[in-house]
Amino acid sequence: MLGRTANGIFWMYRYLERAENTARLLEAGHRMALTRGTVAANEEWRSILTTLGQLAPFQALEVDFTSAHVCDFVLRGKGNPQSVIAMLELARINARACRTSITLEVWEAINEGWMTLRDLLARPVREASLGNVLAAIRRESTIARGATHGSMLRNEIYSFARAGTFIERADNTARILDVKYYLLLPSLAYVGTPLDTAQWDNVLRSLSGERAYRWLNAGRMDARSIADFVVLDRRFPRSLAFCYAALRENLGALAQLHGQEGEADVLLREVDQLLNEGTIEAIFERGLHEFLGRFIVRNQAVASAIAEQYRFVA
Amino acid sequence: MSAPHSAQFDEMYAPDGTVRRAYSEYDAWLGEQDRLSLRHKGAEAESVFRRTGITFNVYGEHDAEERLIPFDMVPRIITGSEWRRLSRGIEQRVRAINAFMHDLYHRQEIIRSGRLPERLFRNNDAWLPQMVGFTPPGGVYTHIVGIDLVRTGPDEFLVLEDNARTPSGVSYMLENRETMMAMFPELFSRVKVQPVSNYPRRLAKSLAACAPECASAGSPTVAVLTPGIYNSAYFEHAFLADQMGAELVEGSDLRVFDGRVQMRTTAGYQPIDVLYRRVDDDFLDPLTFNPASVLGVPGIMDVYRAGRITIANAPGTGIGDDKAVYSFMPEIVEFYTGEKPLLRNVQTWRCADADSLAYVLDNLPELVVKEVHGSGGYGMLVGPTASRREIARFREKLVARPANYIAQPTLALSTVPIFTRAGLAPRHVDLRPFVLMSPGGIDITPGGLTRVALKKGSLVVNSSQGGGTKDSWVLDD
Repeated sequence: MLGRTANGIFWMYRYLERAENTARLLEAGHRMALTRGTVAANEEWRSILTTLGQLAPFQALEVDFTSAHVCDFVLRGKGNPQSVIAMLELARINARACRTSITLEVWEAINEGWMTLRDLLARPVREASLGNVLAAIRRESTIARGATHGSMLRNEIYSFARAGTFIERADNTARILDVKYYLLLPSLAYVGTPLDTAQWDNVLRSLSGERAYRWLNAGRMDARSIADFVVLDRRFPRSLAFCYAALRENLGALAQLHGQEGEADVLLREVDQLLNEGTIEAIFERGLHEFLGRFIVRNQAVASAIAEQYRFVA
Repeated sequence: MSAPHSAQFDEMYAPDGTVRRAYSEYDAWLGEQDRLSLRHKGAEAESVFRRTGITFNVYGEHDAEERLIPFDMVPRIITGSEWRRLSRGIEQRVRAINAFMHDLYHRQEIIRSGRLPERLFRNNDAWLPQMVGFTPPGGVYTHIVGIDLVRTGPDEFLVLEDNARTPSGVSYMLENRETMMAMFPELFSRVKVQPVSNYPRRLAKSLAACAPECASAGSPTVAVLTPGIYNSAYFEHAFLADQMGAELVEGSDLRVFDGRVQMRTTAGYQPIDVLYRRVDDDFLDPLTFNPASVLGVPGIMDVYRAGRITIANAPGTGIGDDKAVYSFMPEIVEFYTGEKPLLRNVQTWRCADADSLAYVLDNLPELVVKEVHGSGGYGMLVGPTASRREIARFREKLVARPANYIAQPTLALSTVPIFTRAGLAPRHVDLRPFVLMSPGGIDITPGGLTRVALKKGSLVVNSSQGGGTKDSWVLDD
């Protein structure tokens, strides 16, 4: 397959994943804003914008940190190149450019999803319909993923699609945990003290993991268990360990097909080993924030190495 | 413009209201249908098109907005015997065009014999000096040709235009048929229609048969070169590549080395044998043509001239599209085939001739005037529907550069009914059959693309100017 097409597929799935995760963050944030006082809600929106890397451009608008303002900016903000609609547009542009490498079902899922959300996001989203819009974003992403799963050949193209998905998901999960943790636990001394359960519940909600976590941990809410779940639990599909297991599988398939490994495989193995052999205690000892910061950088390095190794650009 | 209309030929209904033979089965079926459910089907078709992304981009529109080409559900039907006659004429014409290309880039016998003025290609940008003395693999210049036909009577098909560079629209021919079969399966079991769905396979086969000698025997690598997703025909490029199982490449994917044109794959560079390019000559090779082009491949012309890649269509075939050349087509056909042309041209006045120009200027309100190098329905004047101001403005352009224009009578183009809210209504149509050429012979897909002017009385069928399309049937009778 063409290197340019591999690049397009990789990014198309990254954008889809990011749009979905953004919707999840907004959902959790909105829930928080509804159940908390104004001050706490403001803080929540501030932390979400930090996670998304959109705090500075939002502040430049000089408006309040209300649900309406933040959601409008993140979903459809004019001049916000990271808005959900901009990402869906980029996903669709990439899908169009790779039209011959995806099935009709995948293309239709993406094209229809984009048409639906373009209409939903044509006007400012009223608070009453915010839930519907956010659910629609997750639904469209789910349909695209399902179409990918159900109709695409398990070949090189699929491997790049999956690689893009999990590079992005790992990045997003790490950011969500990092920002929350940093804000909630400014100092190591707090580890083990009673937690603001609602806040932690919200971290899990942002990852659609609140039920799974409760089910596995019998309702125990502590930083150690939650971090363990989000970072190291291989059963949880948004954990870092899960993402890297999936990356290993897909990069392995690519290396086998091409008959050789490269820089990406080496870098991936290093990160994977950290997740495999590390314990949450060891991670806490050196600092979760430091760990996540390094993880994000290394994850990015894996992505760049994939692009290099498979000739995404000339 | 009532005069030509009263004489216009409707392909479905005779003047006395009876249904013509080609449409008799269809009409019987139609009579059994419920009007309202048919209307719903129309809306259904549109949503299918939107979802699957069968759109085209309109040049000059804001944000390169994607628009649908409206699809009309009434098929355009041609009988098997009409088609056989027609395809003989098309084959003759395409053979002549290919022979003409070879001659123009070699001995130029047709000029020496005095049948064609030299000025036709001197100073004509479509004629490429880089092609002189070179014969493309298999001697094929025009791998894919679209001949635009109009009908004026029961046995009157005229050629309006020859598209010898990169005719587009074939994806609509295929999708229209798919759509019709999905909407009205029972109709197709009742009326036997010759299939078109094997076109991509025929195209792949035809292109492979034109591969250069250096190609790996048996399975040459074919790729479709597109300018990219913002091109108005991008959907078609992707569609054809997909259907042929060929790579869809852009200029940035290609590089020349080791004497071959190679594409960048995830496993390294891989040579291409046949390039079906949907990029104009001028953008093909920045080293040879437009140096600012980023759509093409630097050095591809050297590889081409060394016989190590096939470019379809060959560079320089655009001269066959030229409307001044068109006016000589009867002479061209006769010169190369030794036969009388089976398909007639539309009467054409070359404004370069002083007498013709005088006639055209005197009769502007009755004529259609076209730019010699224009296409897509742009830059033309349709006298009978133009305002006085438009005619006056056009007259100035014409006087300033007469050689840039040809004129034709306003034809009484045939009509085929379309569905409207008020029922069936006649609209003008044309037909573009698609012709494939390889050393193995000429292959014409039965039917083609029928374009229809959706506005009442309008004669402009171009999709960029509000035209629509119809499924085109050749009966298997």
